[in-house]
Amino acid sequence: MRNRNLWYWLFLAPTLVALGVVIIVPLIFGTYYSFTDWNGIKITEFVGLENYQKLLEDKEFMDSLWFTVKFSVVSIFLINFFGLSLALLVTQKLKTNNILRTIFFMPNLIGGLILGFIWQFIFMKVFASIGDLTGIAAFKGWLSTDTTGFWALVILMSWQMAGYIMIIYISYLESVPQELLEAAEIDGASSFQRFMNVTFPLVAPAFTVSLFLTLSNTFKLYDQNLSLTGGGPYNSTQMVAMEIFKTAFSENNYAYGQAKAIIFFLIVAAISLTQVYINKKREVEM
Amino acid sequence: MKSKKRKLYLLEILGIVLGLIWLSPFYLMIVNSFKTKREIFTDTLKLPDVFTFDNYVQAFEELDFIRTFFNSVLITVLGVAVIILFSSMAAYALNRRKGKVSGLVFFLFIAAMLIPFQSVMIPLVSLFGKMELLNRFGIIFMYLGFGSSLSIFLYHGSLQGISKSLDEAATIDGANRWQIFWHIIFPMLKPISVTVAILNIIWIWNDYLLPSLVINQEGMHTIPLKMFFFFGQYTKQWHLALAGLTLAIIPVILVYFFMQKHIIKGIAEGSVK
Repeated sequence: MRNRNLWYWLFLAPTLVALGVVIIVPLIFGTYYSFTDWNGIKITEFVGLENYQKLLEDKEFMDSLWFTVKFSVVSIFLINFFGLSLALLVTQKLKTNNILRTIFFMPNLIGGLILGFIWQFIFMKVFASIGDLTGIAAFKGWLSTDTTGFWALVILMSWQMAGYIMIIYISYLESVPQELLEAAEIDGASSFQRFMNVTFPLVAPAFTVSLFLTLSNTFKLYDQNLSLTGGGPYNSTQMVAMEIFKTAFSENNYAYGQAKAIIFFLIVAAISLTQVYINKKREVEM
Repeated sequence: MKSKKRKLYLLEILGIVLGLIWLSPFYLMIVNSFKTKREIFTDTLKLPDVFTFDNYVQAFEELDFIRTFFNSVLITVLGVAVIILFSSMAAYALNRRKGKVSGLVFFLFIAAMLIPFQSVMIPLVSLFGKMELLNRFGIIFMYLGFGSSLSIFLYHGSLQGISKSLDEAATIDGANRWQIFWHIIFPMLKPISVTVAILNIIWIWNDYLLPSLVINQEGMHTIPLKMFFFFGQYTKQWHLALAGLTLAIIPVILVYFFMQKHIIKGIAEGSVK
């Protein structure tokens, strides 16, 4: 009997140990540290909720949280709009279908850090050249105000992630039975009616998947934020992930940074659980 | 019928225009990477007067490109190998012995996916620092911890479709679990192994934050990490920065070119599930 259990635990051990040491133990320690004055090395006293109270009045943290929310909402909308539009386009009988899918998806293979640097060049130098050429002042000085910094990040993320979301919509769109669409066409439905009444209900699950995928990607954004704007000007485009990093590692405020990290965890977990709940509910309905 | 043809024709043109827009950042990066510093300063939109490779020669040296490239290869290959090896084993154990314990362990792995990296990052670095594991060994172990959840989930799903009667037949023939898994089950998991490999390669190859915290030492830098310092050093020297960025993405584009079918399929499978 013992021998029969042994293989089971041996097969599980490597991943279970890694999960424990890399995620579970740090999360438990981290939660505890957030109630102390931990300085990265030692703890001298237990401070209760002090870090959390401080955080509520921390303008920089609250600003970054608000910026992250605004950024996520706008990006989610645009990424899904472009993603679905591209998917509808490349599922028509075009000769260029495959090459277009390849192109739209390409940015996702390249790291966010590198993409951010490429776009920094576009916004700073290429936009300036376009401004010189056309005489339109709006092209000048991107990344040097908070508004243009915001939109620069939105443009970068929409360009990058639309192709990713496109792939998800494509996999649902291609599962729509062709006979259904043809039957609707014979019955005289316009292409808009066919989309709204046949395609749309069948790809509806793709929306939940895509919405939460973009939400979790934009909410936790770090690399692109770091390389495109670096949080500037004056921290006005700084997102939560970057703010946490800075508090802990640049300002050496370990316990305080960890308290922010715990709040971040709670928000992300709440979002993800909402998704799980919605998915479950829909499965029951279907 | 004619109007339908015309509509397709217009959509084709729209697609090509959008495709060109999507590619334009890469085009601008490449074109300007062949210019001199002065030319970029005056105009970024036109083609270079003379194509110069000097930028590439200098960027290649400054990035210590060959070593940096192989550092990335080393971390990625080892990271993905341990994830595939150990996640498939774990998923097999969980799938073949259903019960309360397996249910709980599986739930634990899935629940861990809800935890964002930033919320464990600070204690993780401190803990690994104390264990003197802020090195390559440590980072591979960390990748196993962060990567196993999704991989176990994907393997677990695939194992549902592989009948237990195979295991039973092999047991009667005298094979033990280890032999059954590696000789019979693992080869059958090949399609999902490809998906798991692709998803993890893309993630680890491009990862910046974890290497910056764990292996931030001269000689160990991966491409994203080296790129960060290189860019910081040559800020305002766009001719060098752009050549460096182009060098950094060439390997990815080459692989994409040869494996795009697998990659796109892998992404679709990995995210829809």
